[in-house]
Amino acid sequence: MKTLLFALLLCASASPAAPAFAIDKTAVEKLAFGDADERSASIAALLAEGDPHAAALLEAVSEGDMQSAGKRILIVKGGQGIDAVTGEAVAPLPEGREDVVANNRLRREIEGALAAFKLLSPERPTRLAAAKALAGGADAAMLPLVKKALEKETDSDIKLLLELTAASMEMHSGDKETRLAAIQRLGESNSPNSRTLLAQAAADADDDIRLAAQKSLREVQGKLAWGERAGLLFAGISLGSILLLTALGLAITYGLMGVINMAHGELIMIGAYATYVVQILFRKTNFFEWYLLLAVPVSFIVAAAVGMLLERVVIRWLYGRPLETLLATWGISLMLIQSVRTVFGAANVQVENPAFMSGGIHAFAGVVLPWSRLVIIAFAIAVLISMWLLLTKTRLGLFVRGVTQNRAMASCVGVPTGLVDMWAFGLGSGIAGLAGCALSQIGNVGPDLGQGYIVDSFMVVVFGGVGQLAGTVYAALTLGFANKFLEEVSGAVIAKIMVLVFIIIFIQRRPQGLFAVKGRAVEA
Amino acid sequence: MSVVFGRIYTMRDWFFVGLASLTVFVIVPILSLVVSQDSTFHVSQYWVTLIGKIMCYAIVAIAMDLVWGYTGILSLGHGLFFALGGYAMGMYLMRQIGREGQYQSDLPDFMVFLDWKELPWQWWYTDQFWWALLLVVLVPGLLALVFGFFAFRSRVKGVYFSIITQALTFAAMLLFFRNATGFGGNNGFTDFKSILGLPITTPETRMILFTLTGAALIGTLLLGRWIVTSKFGRVLTAIRDAETRVAFCGYNTVYYKLAIFVLSAMICGIAGALYVPQVGIINPSEMSPANSIEIAIWVAVGGRGTLSGAILGAGLVNYAKSFFTQAFPEYWLYALGLIFIFVTLFLPQGVMGLLRKNK
Repeated sequence: MKTLLFALLLCASASPAAPAFAIDKTAVEKLAFGDADERSASIAALLAEGDPHAAALLEAVSEGDMQSAGKRILIVKGGQGIDAVTGEAVAPLPEGREDVVANNRLRREIEGALAAFKLLSPERPTRLAAAKALAGGADAAMLPLVKKALEKETDSDIKLLLELTAASMEMHSGDKETRLAAIQRLGESNSPNSRTLLAQAAADADDDIRLAAQKSLREVQGKLAWGERAGLLFAGISLGSILLLTALGLAITYGLMGVINMAHGELIMIGAYATYVVQILFRKTNFFEWYLLLAVPVSFIVAAAVGMLLERVVIRWLYGRPLETLLATWGISLMLIQSVRTVFGAANVQVENPAFMSGGIHAFAGVVLPWSRLVIIAFAIAVLISMWLLLTKTRLGLFVRGVTQNRAMASCVGVPTGLVDMWAFGLGSGIAGLAGCALSQIGNVGPDLGQGYIVDSFMVVVFGGVGQLAGTVYAALTLGFANKFLEEVSGAVIAKIMVLVFIIIFIQRRPQGLFAVKGRAVEA
Repeated sequence: MSVVFGRIYTMRDWFFVGLASLTVFVIVPILSLVVSQDSTFHVSQYWVTLIGKIMCYAIVAIAMDLVWGYTGILSLGHGLFFALGGYAMGMYLMRQIGREGQYQSDLPDFMVFLDWKELPWQWWYTDQFWWALLLVVLVPGLLALVFGFFAFRSRVKGVYFSIITQALTFAAMLLFFRNATGFGGNNGFTDFKSILGLPITTPETRMILFTLTGAALIGTLLLGRWIVTSKFGRVLTAIRDAETRVAFCGYNTVYYKLAIFVLSAMICGIAGALYVPQVGIINPSEMSPANSIEIAIWVAVGGRGTLSGAILGAGLVNYAKSFFTQAFPEYWLYALGLIFIFVTLFLPQGVMGLLRKNK
């Protein structure tokens, strides 16, 4: 940026038609020779015209590239000099030059001014960033510049921000009428900054201002409260989507097949480690941004392969003995944890997000929706839809449902029930792997990752009703919301305990879960 | 009377019970306290603590076998009942420290650390030994009573019951990890100084605790045998094999299951209370769901539905654990995992089943 500005200066000076540009000479002189206050004032004066050369000039001052030779003011960089006012190249640099020293205060002011100057940039992102920076707290001296930018601005978002900024600057001006108008405008906003400003004004000595400010403050607070509620809603959906991802695999292995898979959490962990390995492989290439495209299928395949192996070696001998399955799969989970510790070490590993996952959308009223969460919500929906399609529209899905409903009959009509079990278990495990891939983007990845999710995912499946995909979805969202809302009231740990206790009580009232399969069996 | 004795065990088995009593009450105390330390027959402090610890586990295993092996209820909450008993005893031991703690305050150290000024209500009367003993059985018992009543009444059974007891344990662990709950947060209780005025680390006190644990174990075993050989026990076994049929025969299975579940929880509480003074620490990690599942594997290894098998299983697994964690710490989880898989796949009757077959 800085070299770019200097290049701009040089470029202008290289053109044969002299003078290359013209800057207010008195302002430049004040900047170079004036006292502290004059220098500050000249910054605003220089920038008020919106001339990019003036910005380059200021940049040079704060870099320490401005020099004076008698009355003449030069910008000297790398042995080349130009006249600061006219922009003409000064071929032999005059002797006896002196540096124009910029102290810290001046530098800071220039920095702020240049930020404001970006408001006039033709690039929308640059303007938006500048407007946001100014909204955070701006010097009143920038008001003319902001007003100027406001006249030119076409983008509604930036315009709104600037109007607020202008209003908050005017709040500090001495004129009562201006202040009242500014207070009214701030009342229409919904940013936490204007709340702070209005809260100050609400304690003002002047009655009119105080009343107006109090009225505006109430309006802003009302809007902010809505913003907080919306933020909570989003947090609930986000947690719900994570619960859904972790529980969907279990909805197949436990819900449909009836296998109590205590190693489900470890399959999630394996998915996360698969993502970690893919990410390491991509680190050396130029396609790091795209590693998730490969990590998603890899984590699915790795977890599915482990799951199918387990089904063939251990679990298939235990069908119909759920308590034994519970113990055996717990044993498997211990061995998987230890294997990962042996291979990758006991410490957590670092999974780096691709750049597009960082940052977020500023929705409104200070609510930020992080991209990583949004991507995971979309991912959860995608996984849900593909799973539903797989179970209802494909031959494998038909077989799985058939074997679930009546194993003997399915076998009689020629369904290879053993193989179907293996594929179904692989599918459930693969989805656990996908959950691991998603979790690796938002949290720590370590050998114990799965242990934290096993109780939660069982709760989701049991709460939703075993054997019901729709139930799992509702349960995940309900628990996500419940957890987040209770967290707001009572803190995270108590919220978690309350949710667990709620599920325990719920199961006792309604052992079949939210959505029950209707049947006449005495013994479920 | 002799009818009851004959019902519980045959003459041969009584002989083994007598032998075990002799070992616990006479031989080990003599070998540990009287025989000089240089002798090959001396039982060191390490072994006394280890065997004492394993005997506590064995009591829990018997309690587990009563509900799982005989009644068919796999509870994953027994680690919680064990820890609750331990915490109740721990509270008494903390109060026994008195002003000898680091901060020389009447309050336990962690409360001083949290800047609390007075004891919270959970701690009332815990300086009284009798109250601590009551808490040891009442807290797990009441929890089991309330939880079990609602669970059994709504016919929550099988794996469902396992999962919600696991959730209960998990919730309790989270609760006890909080400092505000008033039980020392994640550090729990430690640094005990004395019990009933006796310094807690001397070999003599250790030996008293050891023999008490041994007595509790033998007592639990006999109580368990008395229950499973009674008519009540027969109904329990019938519930395990065909609950619906038992219900149709006119038995209210809820109360049978509830009775054995509550009794089992109380036994676990006693085991926990004996465990804490011997190992010298209790913290919320005792409540982790993993511990409760391990209890089930002790029973499975020994053989479900055989009370002596539960003792055997607890001994084998825990001895293996202390051996592995010293010799090859990184392989213990592999070994434990393999035990889980191997026993469920190939040894459904456990070691006792194996012994019986070879007879």
